[in-house]
Amino acid sequence: MKNDPHLGLSDIEWQLLNSFQHNFPMVAEPYKEIGSKLGISEDEVLFLLQKLNECGMVSRVGCVLRNGTLGVSTLAAVEVAPEEIDRVAELINSFSEVNHNYERENAVNLWFVVTACSKERLMEILTEIENKSGSPVLMLPMEQNFHINLGFPIH
Amino acid sequence: MLNEKEASLLEAIQAGFPLTPRPFQDIGIAIGQSESEVIATLQNLNERGVIKRMGVVVRHRELGFKANAMVVWNVPDHLVSQKGKLIGEMDFVNLCYLRSRALPRWPYNLYCMIHGRQRSEVLDNIAKLEAHCAMGSLAKEVLFSQRRFKQHGAHYFKSKSTRTNANK
Repeated sequence: MKNDPHLGLSDIEWQLLNSFQHNFPMVAEPYKEIGSKLGISEDEVLFLLQKLNECGMVSRVGCVLRNGTLGVSTLAAVEVAPEEIDRVAELINSFSEVNHNYERENAVNLWFVVTACSKERLMEILTEIENKSGSPVLMLPMEQNFHINLGFPIH
Repeated sequence: MLNEKEASLLEAIQAGFPLTPRPFQDIGIAIGQSESEVIATLQNLNERGVIKRMGVVVRHRELGFKANAMVVWNVPDHLVSQKGKLIGEMDFVNLCYLRSRALPRWPYNLYCMIHGRQRSEVLDNIAKLEAHCAMGSLAKEVLFSQRRFKQHGAHYFKSKSTRTNANK
């Protein structure tokens, strides 16, 4: 795996991003262990992860859970007129239960994921978005996962 | 199903592990569990598949992967698990899900996500996928992402402490 020169990352930063996406050391001092694998100090690992987190390349160091483990979630979408996109996107974003919200190239153009503490709360949010946006919400819950998540290998 | 201890642990780490020398000890202090208990519980949840993976979670756009397509097909129900398995195994596919249709507006039921540095690279991969998985005549749409209005890890409850920032 080669470092991408456009990103301006050191080889160590590149390895930090790539090599610990699904095998985080489950020991008392995990960052020290990562450091020893990369030949740098624990302080350096913590500094670099903090930096990569602040610049947005690292979302977090933590767990990715199986869908439905905590709370109830669904993918949803609405079809809105181009001049309405900003308003409706802002409406959707206003719910803390919304964790993804993208514009996509399609007549159905706003796509978002809602994860709520209960089915009732989930439906309440979708109904409110439908009422305030004036567009029917398509609810597209996952039924089956066909992909094993090993992170995002950067080739 | 999760017991109470497991649920409170997963809630406590939804925004990430602390970037401190003893992250599991710090999590444990916050929720009244010992460091070794925290580690053992996480390992157990990982083995059970409740945790799909543990480690660095990256954002693809910030890493130069700006072309991101969600591809959807309308696959007859009796073929969908066979097609889903084939697609899910392709190395450039990042997610592959069966989802409920929203009829009549949205007839598609099989979804996959493909990220690339350029749109042409993603389109080439979609063509490869369609040939390899014999998707030929099935109705599909390719939805490239445009603006991103929000992206962060799911959080279900208000977290009390500041961990790695999940709200960007």
